[in-house]
Amino acid sequence: MSKRTVIPFGPQHPVLPEPIHLDLVIEDETVVEAIPSIGYIHRGLEKLVDKNEWPEMVYVIERICGICSFGHGWGYCKTIEGNLGVSVPPRAEYLRTILHELGRMHSHLLWLGCLADGFGFESLFMHSWRLRETVLDLFEETTGGRVIFSICKVGGMRKDIPNEMLKKMEETLRGIEGELHELADVFLDDDTVKSRLVGVGVLTKEEAFELGAVGPMARASGVNNDVRLDGHGVYGEIGFEPCLEETGDSYARCKVRIREVFQSIDLIAKCVSMIPDGDVAIEIKGQNPAGEFVGRIEQPRGEAYYYSKGSGQKFLDRIRVRTPTNANVPPLVKILQGCELADVPILVLTIDPCISCTER
Amino acid sequence: MTERKDLIQEFLLIEPGELLETALELRTAGYRLGQACATLLGDQLELLYSFEKDNVLRNEKLTVDAAAPELPSITPIYSYAFVYENEMHDLFGITFRNLSLDYGGAFYKIARETPWNPKFGGGEKAAAPSEDGVSSEAEGGEA
Repeated sequence: MSKRTVIPFGPQHPVLPEPIHLDLVIEDETVVEAIPSIGYIHRGLEKLVDKNEWPEMVYVIERICGICSFGHGWGYCKTIEGNLGVSVPPRAEYLRTILHELGRMHSHLLWLGCLADGFGFESLFMHSWRLRETVLDLFEETTGGRVIFSICKVGGMRKDIPNEMLKKMEETLRGIEGELHELADVFLDDDTVKSRLVGVGVLTKEEAFELGAVGPMARASGVNNDVRLDGHGVYGEIGFEPCLEETGDSYARCKVRIREVFQSIDLIAKCVSMIPDGDVAIEIKGQNPAGEFVGRIEQPRGEAYYYSKGSGQKFLDRIRVRTPTNANVPPLVKILQGCELADVPILVLTIDPCISCTER
Repeated sequence: MTERKDLIQEFLLIEPGELLETALELRTAGYRLGQACATLLGDQLELLYSFEKDNVLRNEKLTVDAAAPELPSITPIYSYAFVYENEMHDLFGITFRNLSLDYGGAFYKIARETPWNPKFGGGEKAAAPSEDGVSSEAEGGEA
């Protein structure tokens, strides 16, 4: 047996936008064990329910993450609305679904850029992020914010987005579809890219289920646990079928996310064509959450849980957010076992880690 | 076309002694662990374990004394529960017996011991002072 060595990976590393640490036990160049360590940026956001009334907590929760911030706001509103037993107007559900899918495009394009940067393909990284800018511009045009939107509130949406603006959004997205296909071709067909992704970090379907993988990480291994299948928002009305792959390697995880970028455009287009007129919010007065409810949504990185517990007061007893990276850390440990040391950065990236979400 | 099912959720109260048996029963039935968390309610800690299968969400609730919380770990049944159990240990001071990957209180690098359970510690960690001389109270008092 070769001598075993422990190599610390992170919390500061060129491929890591956020701090996570791994103790890599290696033999020669092969990783035999990886022990993850987080906790560098725990902010205690959930504890702020003691200081913020429940209508204000949406601002805190959407600041959990700068990439899936709309989804966090929606998830929080969903659990409070479930707790209060209220339904939001149909137009608000459509707007939420549109913005959430736009957020998925933003997240996946950002991730594709990070992946390209991870294996040293700088121009591919820049193209990915250039196209992501178009999505951010759409956010700015429709909500006023590029990262934090504050447009979702308990009971619906804070403001409407005119139909003309939604149509323009669809046209803009259709306009970049050609460039997205060019980008996808490089990620999926280029030999230099495939050599870093195909067959690397395989997670079987059984392992993905046993280790609780969620999101593209699970779907790349053929596990169909996409929360959008429960029809929340308007996913039930517009028709939705998850993007699944079977091989479970880094290439499959990349392919799922690329397919989802195009799927998001189609879902947004369906929403724009079907969105009804009407109010975008209901008024909630004199009610405080007095029970408990678990809301789930499918964030770009996977399933997220939002648990709220109230006792009829303005301040909740508890708000709990279980983010996708929480669930994808154990599968990461699995795919690192037996990999080459040089593949570790790419494998860490392929779970699309968000440490801000994980630690909250 | 994949079949669509609305989410059904229920909250069930169990005794702490039934936790392992319940987890094993659900694991055998094909449920996966969605999340686990704790809530401080007066002198009690309420733990919530959410198990999901085919859009059926079973939330198993149990309460333990906040002054001396101790429970068996479910990591022998759901290996990936170590993330949630270490988090509950660091924030609420809950001790989990037979935890498969125990970070010993270092899962979150925070300034206070069990910041969300002041009745069980809640004080500053006995950590080395920071290099810039700022006290841990000022750095992380709000945890």
